[in-house]
Amino acid sequence: MSTSDSNRRSQGLGRVLIILYGLLALAATGRSIFQLLDDFDKAPIAYSLSALAAVIYIVATIALLAPGELWGRVALITISFELVGVLVVGTLSIFDPVLFPAKTVWSFYGMGYAFVPLVLPVLGLLWLRRTRVPILNNRGLTDAAL
Amino acid sequence: MIDWLTIAIAAVAVAAGLLCIVAGLIGTRPNDLTLGATLLVALLLVVQLVVAIAAPAFGNNATGSVLEFYVYLVTAILLPPLAVLWALLERSSRWSTVVLGVATLAVAVMVYRMHQIWFVQVA
Repeated sequence: MSTSDSNRRSQGLGRVLIILYGLLALAATGRSIFQLLDDFDKAPIAYSLSALAAVIYIVATIALLAPGELWGRVALITISFELVGVLVVGTLSIFDPVLFPAKTVWSFYGMGYAFVPLVLPVLGLLWLRRTRVPILNNRGLTDAAL
Repeated sequence: MIDWLTIAIAAVAVAAGLLCIVAGLIGTRPNDLTLGATLLVALLLVVQLVVAIAAPAFGNNATGSVLEFYVYLVTAILLPPLAVLWALLERSSRWSTVVLGVATLAVAVMVYRMHQIWFVQVA
């Protein structure tokens, strides 16, 4: 039943996640556009990464909003990627500041964005688990009815 | 742009944001108070827009990127109405009230950035 699956993902607490993802997508896109226009040569790796992060956040936002199992999978992939991204880039930015002279959303585990980029993927993954199709998770059905 | 007005708008946005988040977390569905607070923030942003457009005529110019300033301002103006719409689509959920709070807090951050762009330039 793809309709019930879709509704559950973008309902209730899911709405809060979606608006947070939307805002992060907006912030990352805005920042990366200005960075790419202004001085790409200064920090090509950091700026390319900002742009990549922006695209990932946009796709994740759409995937959380959109109905169906396929979009659920897209959400799972993009949100997992974000978690890996923030952990890897966060660690690299601490130990190798030369590689990341400029700020990205993921630098220092998303410190410039109140650590939202670090917390959000974890919440997102928990949410996806909770709203999974009922057959896979019978207990999740009652939990998600909250 | 007017210094105290910008700070006042940011303060109202923070207050509205905290009000909506707390109201949502204790289980309040979107109501006149929370929706009104969100729309008040939108109204204040329109005032901000008018002030920003008029300011250069009085020799009050932004010290930073005007383009960046308006990207923030226009996005900020769109946020509260979108949050209200998004909340009304699922009126029965307390999370919709939290959505209003998240949006107005984001507006507060954006107003803070606008203030920086207009008044303070470090670079």
